[in-house]
Amino acid sequence: MSQRSTGMGLINWHAIVAIYRFEMARTWRTPMQSILSPVISTSLYFVVFGAAIGSRMQSIDGVPYGAFIVPGLIMLSLLTQSIANASFAIYFPKFTGTIYELLSAPVAWWEAVAAYVGAAATKSIILGLIILATATLFVPLRIEHPVFMLLFLVLTATTFSLFGFIIGIWADGFEKLQVVPLLIVTPLAFLGGSFYSIEMLPPFWRVVTLFNPVVYLISGFRWSFYGVADVGVAVSLGMTMVFLAACIGAVAWIFRTGYRLKN
Amino acid sequence: MTAIISVSNLSKTYASGFKALKSIDLEIRRGEIFALLGPNGAGKTTLISIICGLVNPSSGTVLADGHDISRDYRAARSAIGLVPQELTTDAFETVWSTVSFSRGLFGKARNPAHIEQVLRDLSLWDKRDTEIRRLSGGMKRRVLIAKALSHEPRILFLDEPTAGVDVELRQDMWRMVRKLREDGVTIILTTHYIEEAEEMADRVGVISKGEIILVEEKSELMRKLGRKQLTLALQEQLSAIPEALAAFDLSLAANGSELIYSYDTKAERTGITALLQALAEAGIRFRDLQTSQSSLEDIFVSLVRSRS
Ligand SMILES: Nc1ncnc2c1ncn2[C@@H]1O[C@H](COP(=O)(O)OP(=O)(O)OP(=O)(O)O)[C@@H](O)[C@H]1O
Ligand SMILES: [Mg+2]
Repeated sequence: MSQRSTGMGLINWHAIVAIYRFEMARTWRTPMQSILSPVISTSLYFVVFGAAIGSRMQSIDGVPYGAFIVPGLIMLSLLTQSIANASFAIYFPKFTGTIYELLSAPVAWWEAVAAYVGAAATKSIILGLIILATATLFVPLRIEHPVFMLLFLVLTATTFSLFGFIIGIWADGFEKLQVVPLLIVTPLAFLGGSFYSIEMLPPFWRVVTLFNPVVYLISGFRWSFYGVADVGVAVSLGMTMVFLAACIGAVAWIFRTGYRLKN
Repeated sequence: MTAIISVSNLSKTYASGFKALKSIDLEIRRGEIFALLGPNGAGKTTLISIICGLVNPSSGTVLADGHDISRDYRAARSAIGLVPQELTTDAFETVWSTVSFSRGLFGKARNPAHIEQVLRDLSLWDKRDTEIRRLSGGMKRRVLIAKALSHEPRILFLDEPTAGVDVELRQDMWRMVRKLREDGVTIILTTHYIEEAEEMADRVGVISKGEIILVEEKSELMRKLGRKQLTLALQEQLSAIPEALAAFDLSLAANGSELIYSYDTKAERTGITALLQALAEAGIRFRDLQTSQSSLEDIFVSLVRSRS
């Protein structure tokens, strides 16, 4: 009865839409930073690794090196941009104090998460597709499993936006906001097989690499392009889901306890 | 049911161990303007923050419009609009978009006509397409008020609405508050300024060191305020009040060298003429005389002092 008296139903859709729109509008206000700069940096990777170095590299698993690195590069941007978008989206209102309004609104935690994470993931998916389009200018591409490609794109963007959201809540200063992406995520992403097949590593490092969750994302994503993978696609998908579930669990815990959001 | 907000046994101990609220009980009546008065650090903002969901209570319960603020937070919060003490606004959004955003956040369908009305009432209509960072402080405060009113709350909290606000805006604001009350909105405001409480409120609550030490109808307070004292410095000390003056509300002070007469300024007859006549007849002479009025400020200060 109380739910009905608010005229809101079980889900506060208006709030989800309002937050989502607000966040998307923020992106279009800074198109240079949001879209152009990742596109430029990815293009540089293509020039350096694809054209300059790639011309001297053998093809890997029958895929020319320039094309081989495309899925890895997209994943790299997807990871870093998802984290950056989502962590900033929730950190900034905390920092300026405008979060008071969200805390005082009739919004369930999962509605807020859905809206913020949804917006952050949308942005990085759009970005991933733009980079994909950019890549076709440099190398011939084929996508064998487009549905799986989109699935990996969406799952990864969602998972890492959630992860970024958690960082944004945990961070109580700009330094902490930077430190996790810089010290943990970027190394993991670079060592996750963006630029090489883990088959190329010595056996010991190959085993170590298997503890890097990013390996599974890149491997699965690359499989959706070329049908070849370092690890089985089912394992890749499974690991992505596990990480997604872990992030959802952590966010739920944060909001249940009011951790770092309320005194 | 006349209470629109009932706070019972509410306590808050911050993580630092500081006890900001000590077992508060308070009822706000539907449709009234309630002024919460108290010195810095008394716990006004803490109390409001708990009711609005920004701070978790350590113990106790709060019902807003009949809904428990934690169990039934959606219904409770839908009814409440909050204008915070600090000027916390977005920077790059326009006035229009930030106010529309608030309405959506509180679960209401778009209603441009309502937003327009709110902006017009607050003289923000001309600024609707201006980025908030380009507004003056007083205008930013209006934006915060507009955001709080965007979703048509039945309860409005104004946490020190007039801090840093010029006379004109203050008057605008009071006009708006009165209009809201006519529309049936309950308003709770905090202030340091007694005149403000006097001017605006139906009831006044005084909070000090995390405790509510007084809740009273303003008219009752004003009645107390209406009392004045006439102090007569006598030429000769008196040991007791003479029988002939028993009809007057008199007391002796300063070892019997002062005679104090309390009277009601609002009464038809203050009784001063009669008293002076009676004094002359009794042969009591005085050197000097002086009148004084206890202000709400005096009452407030003595209340706060007596607790410390
Ligand atoms: N997050 C916090 N952690 C620890 N103590 C806090 C916190 N927030 C407030 N306090 C303390 O609680 C007390 C009450 O603060 P509150 O902000 O409620 O006072 P107030 O009555 O609103 O004061 P003012 O008139 O200055 O706005 C103060 O002593 C303050 O230092
Ligand atoms: Mg305060």
